Amino acid sequence: MVSTAKKIGLIINPIAGMGGAVGLKGTDGKDTLEKALSLGASPRAPERAREALDMFFRCGTEAFFYTCPQDMGENVLKEYTKEYELVFPHFKEKASSRQDTLRAAKRMEELGVELILFAGGDGTARDICEAVGLRVPVLGIPAGVKIHSAVFAVTPKKAGELAARFLDGKVRNLKESEVMDIDEEAYRKGEVKARLFGYLLVPWERSKVQCRKSGSMMTERVVQQAIAEEVVSTMDEGVLYLLGPGTTVKAIADRLGIEKSLLGVDAVLDGMSLGRDLAEKDILKLLDEYPKVKTVVSPIGGQGYILGRGNLQLSPRVIRNVGKENIIIVATPQKIASLHGAPLLVDTGDSSLDMALVGVYPVITGYREKIFYRVEA
Amino acid sequence: MGMDMNTKLRDFHQARWDEPIIYELSRKGERGILVPEADQVMQSHDEGLGDIPEGLHRKEPPNLPEMGQMRVLKHYLRLSQENLGADLNIDIGQGTCTMKYSPKINDQLAANPKVSELHPCQPEETAQGLLKMMYETEQYLKAISGMDRFSLHPGGGSHAIFTIASIVRAWVDSRGESDKRDEIITTIFSHPSNAAASKLKGFKIITIYPGPDGRPDIEALKAAVSERTAALFITNPEDIGIYNSRIKEFTDIVHSVGGLCSYDQANLNGILGLTRAREAGFDLCFYNLHKTFSSPHGCGGPGGGVVGVTEELAKFLPVPLVSFDEGSGRYFLDYDVPCTIGKVKDFYGVIPVILRAYAWIRSLGDEGLKEVARVALLNNNYVFKEILKIKGASAPYAEGELRMEQVRYSWEKLTKDTGVTTTDIQNRMFDFGVHYWTSHEPWIVPEPFTIEPTESYSKDELDEFLAILRHVANEAYTNPEIVKTAPHRSVIHHIDHDYLDDPKKWAITWRAYKKKYTGYFEPKERKDG
Repeated sequence: MVSTAKKIGLIINPIAGMGGAVGLKGTDGKDTLEKALSLGASPRAPERAREALDMFFRCGTEAFFYTCPQDMGENVLKEYTKEYELVFPHFKEKASSRQDTLRAAKRMEELGVELILFAGGDGTARDICEAVGLRVPVLGIPAGVKIHSAVFAVTPKKAGELAARFLDGKVRNLKESEVMDIDEEAYRKGEVKARLFGYLLVPWERSKVQCRKSGSMMTERVVQQAIAEEVVSTMDEGVLYLLGPGTTVKAIADRLGIEKSLLGVDAVLDGMSLGRDLAEKDILKLLDEYPKVKTVVSPIGGQGYILGRGNLQLSPRVIRNVGKENIIIVATPQKIASLHGAPLLVDTGDSSLDMALVGVYPVITGYREKIFYRVEA
Repeated sequence: MGMDMNTKLRDFHQARWDEPIIYELSRKGERGILVPEADQVMQSHDEGLGDIPEGLHRKEPPNLPEMGQMRVLKHYLRLSQENLGADLNIDIGQGTCTMKYSPKINDQLAANPKVSELHPCQPEETAQGLLKMMYETEQYLKAISGMDRFSLHPGGGSHAIFTIASIVRAWVDSRGESDKRDEIITTIFSHPSNAAASKLKGFKIITIYPGPDGRPDIEALKAAVSERTAALFITNPEDIGIYNSRIKEFTDIVHSVGGLCSYDQANLNGILGLTRAREAGFDLCFYNLHKTFSSPHGCGGPGGGVVGVTEELAKFLPVPLVSFDEGSGRYFLDYDVPCTIGKVKDFYGVIPVILRAYAWIRSLGDEGLKEVARVALLNNNYVFKEILKIKGASAPYAEGELRMEQVRYSWEKLTKDTGVTTTDIQNRMFDFGVHYWTSHEPWIVPEPFTIEPTESYSKDELDEFLAILRHVANEAYTNPEIVKTAPHRSVIHHIDHDYLDDPKKWAITWRAYKKKYTGYFEPKERKDG
């Protein structure tokens, strides 16, 4: 191993993307995989990983790889380099499984890799998120059928290039990016319900990560801080604030100097935390106690849902109780731009409530900056 | 043999000089002009250095490059050959900038010693011709806009917006509503300076997004206005080239809550002489003389952003105005502006720019100005129709409707089909000696490009630009690699955009460059930039 070489992990989910070609919308679940194979699906992820590695090695970055055996990495990687080690010698079962992704990612973290590069889809991203959280930078090579998460490069080639540039220190920005996944069972029946599952730390650079094509001089974090400043400066005393999930809302808690659960709904009163990661019943209990309530929500995922995706705790009962006029929407201009003119959406599960929530809302987009934007059901 | 007239594609290659920065060419002691030594009398005279306090004397001469004339000339000619410009390429890709032809005769007028040798401090009575020219320019602008008074001072579009925001601020304060009217409403497709300048003047910003038809969402405007509304700052047609025929309803809604309406007409080319700010209900407007009114522009100047207002707001304009005294038959600098926002620029405006606009207006006349807009609309809609035939290209919003003087297109489909992005296509266009601009950020229109043909270009030249665009789009489908790795025949192969994103890497001056790049900060990295 060359001493200057940077450590990088490579995980390929060999079955990612196989369902797509045969119309199965994902390969979560063993039966589905078998069905995909019987329909003649062929592996797509290795080819995608090859495209990325082609570009990676063309960049001339000195790197030492940690990867998994056989079709989870080694088969493809050995075409390019001998500078690698396996993180485990065999799969847990006969073929690779989710368990192998989890332990590979954990082992890579222990080995101190600077980046985990993986080829897969939303399901793979979820597994890696579960294993390493925000502790290791991660970058996805898009290879799955479902790509709702913001952790994938635009193309496999861009993933290879971005990985190389990150290891070379040419790209230093890291962004907490949403890991989204849809319920594949529902998806096969025609319903698309992407939910927020967590965040990964993703290197990003203008035009190389999906949904970051509208990058600006101000980093997302600075904009989120500006939004937080605006929200905090207009917070009223004696009003209970229910802070929804997401990094933009979390910035408000950061500004108040209180802990915030990234995925949960937290309650704040006069700058003090009254509870974190609350369930619907906890929230309803608080609502009984405090008559004046506002809730702060932000669009989750690429489709612009402000209610009904990452925040089911804000149930129809809770929302009816809080009232339409007490919903404060916050979003970065980049997030709004990524909707390309589509409205914000609600899907609370209660269609009469959804209809009642339709309208034009102020959305806080910065310090002393807001937009008026349509919300539809 | 020249270009193939059938394909209209040139076998182009840009000059590549690999030219050093001028400081790197400097050789100690080399001189462009040998200035004669001052004689004994001058050296001993109290005028000159004698009057300057000791503490202000330079200890060392300024760090300027030292070079002979011939080398200076070569340096800048080489740089110019590594560039594209309005007089060199088919410049219709620089959408929203209105890169029309600026007649050279107007440059000659501006360079005439009668103009260039005037001193801004010489007595009014010795500059009557110039004052008359400014006065008459204002009369033409009033006729074109329907406004009552103009300031010719601002040096550009954003400067004009800043002047307008200052007037709105003064107007709000003069009514004792400083704490109440603190919001300015704009739209996402209006120039971002409308929001920026308003913010600088202490206003909160509300931005309206387009509805499905591409026009600003009138329901959102209704929700946004209140007694807090100081003003609406809006463009029409917006950058996407769609005319908002309900604009009078917009101004009525804002007036109904007591706010003002400002019309960003930096680019007037689509409606010049056809519609007026007055009839659309506006209280203020501005024009970029260096866009619609044919003063050459680029790289920040010189420009002119003239601001027009209604009678009610004239008392806030910057001083001095140029007025005419019927009694004496003389033009004069008029400082009698009771609530003036003060000065926004030294002296009276950018005179050569104003003079070029004056000459351009006079050479065209009433009917000629209208013809400018008509031909600009015709050219644009021809290009529009042809671009929509290109595989992978589209024009979001208002499907089936014609456009005004420009269009914001999208390569969204092409990118989905091929992975080739608008930036890749932009880079490939350089290989044929043209370029295009994408869009302001953030990109609301995915993978955007903005084309504005203006009235100046012949059908032949529009066809050449279209042929290049068609060719490159076709390459995206058949040979994407050549597009993604472009440009191949330009000055620089690849620009590393990380440098633009990271202020720590910027080097605006030679001193900053030396500090950041030849000292501790990654000295190797400049070469690829």
